[in-house]
Formats: sequence, C-alpha cells, structure tokens
Amino acid sequence: MTTKLPQSQLPEEEILRVAEQEQEEKSQYQRHIYVCMGAACLAAGSATVKDSLSEVVDQNGFAGRCAVHGGGCRGLCAEGPTVTIEPDDVLYGKITPQDAPDIIKNLGKKRPLERLHRPTDRPFFLRQQRIVLELAGKVNSERIEDYIASGGYKSLLKAVHEMSPVEVINEITRSGLRGRGGAGYSTGLKWRTVAKADGHPKYVICNGDEGDPGAFMDRSVMDDYPFRLLEGITIAAYAVGAEQGYVYIRAEYPLSVRRVQNAIRQAQRLNLLGNQIAGTAFNFDVQVRVGAGAFVCGEETALIASIEGKRGQPRPRPPYPATAGLWGKPTLINNVETFANIPAIIRNGADWFASIGTEKSKGTKVFALTGNINHSGLIEVPMGITLREIIYDIGGGIPNGKRFKAAQTGGPSGGCIPEEHLDISMDYESLAGIGSIMGSGGLIVMDEDSCMVNVAKYFMEFCMTESCGKCIPCRVGTAQIYRILDNTTRGTATLSDLEQLEMLCDMVRHTSLCGLGQAAPNPVLSTLRFFRDEYLMHIVEKRCPAGVCHLHPEPALYNDTKESVR
Amino acid sequence: MSGVVTLKINGIDVGAQENETILDVARENDIFIPTLCYLEGLSRIGACRLCLVEVKGISKLLPACATTVAEGMEVFTDTDRLRKYRRLIVEMLFTEGNHVCSVCVANGHCELQTLAQQHEIDYVSLPYLYPQRTVDASHERFVFDHNRCVLCTRCVRVCDEVEGAHTWDIRGRGIESGVITDLNQPWGTSVTCTSCGKCVQACPTGALFMKGKSVGEMVHSPSFLTFLAQMREAKK
Repeated sequence: MTTKLPQSQLPEEEILRVAEQEQEEKSQYQRHIYVCMGAACLAAGSATVKDSLSEVVDQNGFAGRCAVHGGGCRGLCAEGPTVTIEPDDVLYGKITPQDAPDIIKNLGKKRPLERLHRPTDRPFFLRQQRIVLELAGKVNSERIEDYIASGGYKSLLKAVHEMSPVEVINEITRSGLRGRGGAGYSTGLKWRTVAKADGHPKYVICNGDEGDPGAFMDRSVMDDYPFRLLEGITIAAYAVGAEQGYVYIRAEYPLSVRRVQNAIRQAQRLNLLGNQIAGTAFNFDVQVRVGAGAFVCGEETALIASIEGKRGQPRPRPPYPATAGLWGKPTLINNVETFANIPAIIRNGADWFASIGTEKSKGTKVFALTGNINHSGLIEVPMGITLREIIYDIGGGIPNGKRFKAAQTGGPSGGCIPEEHLDISMDYESLAGIGSIMGSGGLIVMDEDSCMVNVAKYFMEFCMTESCGKCIPCRVGTAQIYRILDNTTRGTATLSDLEQLEMLCDMVRHTSLCGLGQAAPNPVLSTLRFFRDEYLMHIVEKRCPAGVCHLHPEPALYNDTKESVR
Repeated sequence: MSGVVTLKINGIDVGAQENETILDVARENDIFIPTLCYLEGLSRIGACRLCLVEVKGISKLLPACATTVAEGMEVFTDTDRLRKYRRLIVEMLFTEGNHVCSVCVANGHCELQTLAQQHEIDYVSLPYLYPQRTVDASHERFVFDHNRCVLCTRCVRVCDEVEGAHTWDIRGRGIESGVITDLNQPWGTSVTCTSCGKCVQACPTGALFMKGKSVGEMVHSPSFLTFLAQMREAKK
C-alpha cells in the first residue's frame, strides 16, 4: 500500500491553491447573496430566508449566475434577518421568506429594492472602523476555503515562515494591544511572560465564557470568524511555545461551539492545526471545552479549574497562570476579541495598529450596543471615540424622543456613565477614571424611564447568584448589599441603610478573592456617585422618580428579609 | 536549600526562608493574624479573607496564608482598616448561618466564637438572614449541623487531601452553596465515608460533632493538629 504524501509537503502552495480554486469558483457567479447566520438573525428566521432564496434562485434559472451563502453579522442586529448582495454591497434588512422572489428579480437592476434596503452610507457604518469584524458578513463561517480566499491564514504563514517567536511577541508588544476581556493588561507583556516561564508543556486558552448581561461581542466573533480566531490562537501558540490550546466556550452558545469545532476540523484537514503546521516544526492542536454556565468561570483561575474538571472556583493570585496555570504549567489566557486582533496586526504591522486609537489604548473595540437605542447591534469603533458619537451617530439616538439618562459599560463589574460625561473618550483610562470599566464591551443604553437604583439592584442580584461562594465577602456581602437595595426599591430602607451600603461596598471591593467580588460593588458605587439623589428619593420621599419601583412605605409586619434574599 | 530573606512585619525585623508564607513567618514570631479556613497541613485556599494583610507598595490586600515572603517586604497585620474589615467579615458569618452559642455543642471550643471575642464583637450590625438549613444525623457516629457551617471547607480538604476519600464537596453557588456528602445524600448512606472522623476534628465550629455530645461538650482532640502537621512533614 502506498501512502499518500501529506498535504503539508507544500503548505504555502497548497494554501494558495485553495484560495485560487475558491476564487475561481466564486468568479463563476455574477452575484453572491450572503444571508446572515449570526445568532440574532437565525433567531429572527434567517435559515428559512436562506432556504427560500436558494429555492427561488434554482426555480428562476439563476442557478449558474447567483450563489446563496450563509454569511456573518453586519452588526445591524435590530434589522435582522439581514442579507448582503455582493459585489453591489447592497444590504437588505428585516427579510421574510416571502421577499425572496422580489430580491432575486431585482438583482442586476441599478436601484436596490426600496422597501427592504438599508443604506450602508449611514453613520452606523461610516463611523465604524472594522478590524476584528473586517470581513463583515461577506465570508462563509463554515468554509475554511472561503476564509483563505479572503486573505485568511496569510498572517499565520507569515509568522511561522518569516518571523521568530520573539519577533512575533515584539510586534504584538509594539502594537500596544491590550487585553479585550476587560482589565486591559498588555497582551505583548503577557505573551512574553508565558514565553519566558519555565515549564513544559505550555498551554494557550481562549476565554469565550462571555457572561455579562447584554454582551454578545465574543459570541459574534466565534460564530462568524471562527477561523480568524483559530489563526490568532495558533500565532499566539507559536509565539509562546505552546503545543495545546483550549477554546473555553459557554454552553449557552451552542452555535459558537459548533462553528469553532467545525473550524478546528477544517483547519486540521489543511494542516493548519496539528503536527508540523504548514511544513514547519511547530506542532499545535486545539480543543473546545464547554462551560457549564457559571459567570465566575470567566475569571481566569476559575476557568482553568473548570477545564481541569474541578469546581469552577478562583484561587488567589499570584501565582499567575503565566507561571502556574493549567495543570500547574505556564498558560497564556486571552479573550476571544484579543486573539481575533492578532492576524490583522501580523498582516498590517504593529505601526498600523498603533496608529489607531488613543495614546494608551490602541486599536478598536467591539461593543454590543443594546438597551434604549435605535440601532442596537454590534459595532466596532476606534478607541477614543466619544460616547456621544456612539449613541447619537452610530446608534441613531434614543427611541421615542426620550432623553438619555445613562449608559452601563462592563456589565455587572462596570459602572454607569451619566449624561454629563457623554463626551468621555472611550478608552481604558478615561472609563476607569469615572468609576466604570471598559469591560468586555457590553454597552447598555438607558433612557429617562430607567430607575438607577433598580439597575444597581439588578446587577447586584446577578453577582449574588453568580458568586461561587468560596470567599465570605463576596458570598455574604453581595447578599447583604442586595438586601439593602431590595429594601430601597420597596421603600423600607432608611438613611442608616445607605451608610451601611457604602460600608459593605467598600469592604466587598477590597477583601474579595477574585475580580467578581472585587468589582461587584461597582454598579452600586457608580450609581451612588452620579445618582445619589435617586437613592435619597427612594429612601426619604418614598418615591421612584422614574416610576419603576413600587414602594410600600409601611414596614412589613414580619421580617421579610428571608424572602427577599431567597 | 532555598534562600533566606529578611522582611519587616509590623516594624519588627524577621528572617524567613524564601518559600515561606507571611502567615508562617508571623506565627513563628508570635505575631497574631486571625485565620479560619487555614489549617496547618491542608492546602491554602485564601477563602476566608480574615488573614488579609497590608503590604507596603501593593495597593491590594493580600492573604497572609497564601502569599510568600519576599526580600525587603514590609507587612502590616493590624491596621485600623484591616480590623474594620475583619470585624465585618466575622459579623457576616454570624448573619449567614444560625449561630446560637448558648445551645451549641462547640460553645467554648469554637473558632468562630473565639474570632468574635478577639474582634470584640458584642453585637452584629447587619441583619441576620436566618437561612432554612437542616441537620444530618444519619451517620452512626457523627452529626452534621448545617446551621453552624461557615463553609471554610476544612472538612472537604482534610477528607480529600489527608484521608483520600473525598466524601465532602460543595454544591450550589454563592449564598446558596453548602457542603454535601457524596452526591448530595444523607451522610449515613455515603459509600465513600470511612468514618475516620478527621472532618469532625477539622471543623472550626459546631457544624460537625460526635453523637452524644451536649452543649459545650464538643472538644477537639489536641493531638489532631499535631497529627496533621506531621502528615504534612511526612508528605514532603
């Protein structure tokens, strides 16, 4: 029996051939229709839209001229399901299967269908700068060939063929990229620490346990650009000298799990993962680990415990995962969006990346824009853009002529930004300066009908139920803080409760074991800082200015603490 | 042989081996740092946060039990700030469970009670949560009174790390979490429990006790702590 030579014998040519073949195949069609297969559009019925489009194409004899693909997210989630037509760059929104014949009939005409057309020359698109999401809906997330044809994997080949690991790390360091998971630690520095750490084997972990309420940036990257994510992880592994990688995805993202697993298989098939990647001596493989639904597992040491098969609880740091991580070995752990930035930096160079953003926060940031906003969806903007631009230019302002009240960044670990700080520059330092954090990118916009005490209570309830219960300040402190906030919204709190609230927040913040507890009081402290009068109105005047809370000033006959804390 | 470092604890110069923790060194020099989840011979989890200390130049408070010493380190173990936090933490433990000393088997021999005395807690400023908890008396020799449990996980660790049975574990999250036997079943039906009683000896409060003990009668064996320390030495 003769063994066929593995494809890795001529990796570069092989990849180029794949790209050429794909482009040739694509060029046979005059039009390409990409139906968004992101989670939001799928939920709005994009799968049936795609089926009916394919059906109409076949029936009307367009089969050879027009191809229908599943594509990625254009960011305009509020208008889903969306369809992109290339090469005209026409975007249609809120499509139903019944619209399919009209869309197909209109192909090739000068003017797009007026009733479904969503012009892409609006600020929502023009004010964005896409690096992580650059392929924006125009690449099939389930075919590696399509990704390669759009320029994918060139960065990996460049890294492993033309650069040494140290050069890769230098490039990332010079780019100024900082961790996109929230804390904003220098990515280059982290990589260098892992590369220098003693120990073998080393591991790379991609943190896809996105758990903030209202955040869906990482999901979108994993759903739409799984190959790009893998490419970034593989480059990181090459730089730090790791042989095994894990993508930790929360179980609530079944689509991401499926797409990343599919991407791993396809990359293995083309020898872009596995032994002797692209014909070099570099071996690296990736596995998916599915989280069991605990918010705390987004904390790196808890995530590592979870991968090890233990209860997902954090442990004190130091030692940091860079020196003693997964199974006690040096481990690099970065967020999904951080890895997705890597291929672009290697391809275009550190100087290009460093030219975007502010002095200390480089590049772009993906935000999940939700809440009381006209164009909710996924946006990518350069660091340093003002909140006003995001909300009024990109987001299209507040619906129904209501007034902007506050925006919450960083989810349950972050804080709110009130109206007087609308012109704040969105970068790590400025946000930290007003008691909020960049966080992973959730941006919840609230109008005048939102009660800030209620918002604080909501996030505290989240932290209370998601606390792992290991350390006392977080376990009991969050429950006690929640109790006071709950009493405030019921109208049974007193001014001394407010004092106690501040004392508890200070204690939980400074004594908790991990980031969950340390950041849990942030929403309370931030709302207390900017909306203290609302707290006072609840406590003294027993009324909710936004009309959200139902206050019963009479004290309950029985001690209802038990009930309120559950 | 590891290197030797010198550091300052509360202004006093002390010498230490470089792999020792702040708590080890402090105890060696008779400097008091309160602890609860720490038990010599078991893994150090830094969970109770009572041993937090201030270190000059580091803005975060560090757990003394899990922080190794460094040359030139300046540690402060008894500042106003730390006392305030420690008191609040102990108070929170009292509100979290149902701790009624006057009817507790461990009255007079309880680490939580001692902590309260050390921190001069004569009242609790936070409201009690009065959780609904159960008492598991299904084991033939021991009882687990969940009302008194402070979730220090000393029983979990001693069972896993010293006895090797891993009968105990934690269920649930946050304020709802609790210690369970095997797959959350009555202790008496456990198939892994060897009835060695190490967990009972390791328990700081009256949560785990021997059957037949009445109020104030649950005294821990003084030889147990020495035994654990010896086990640790033997493991090295």
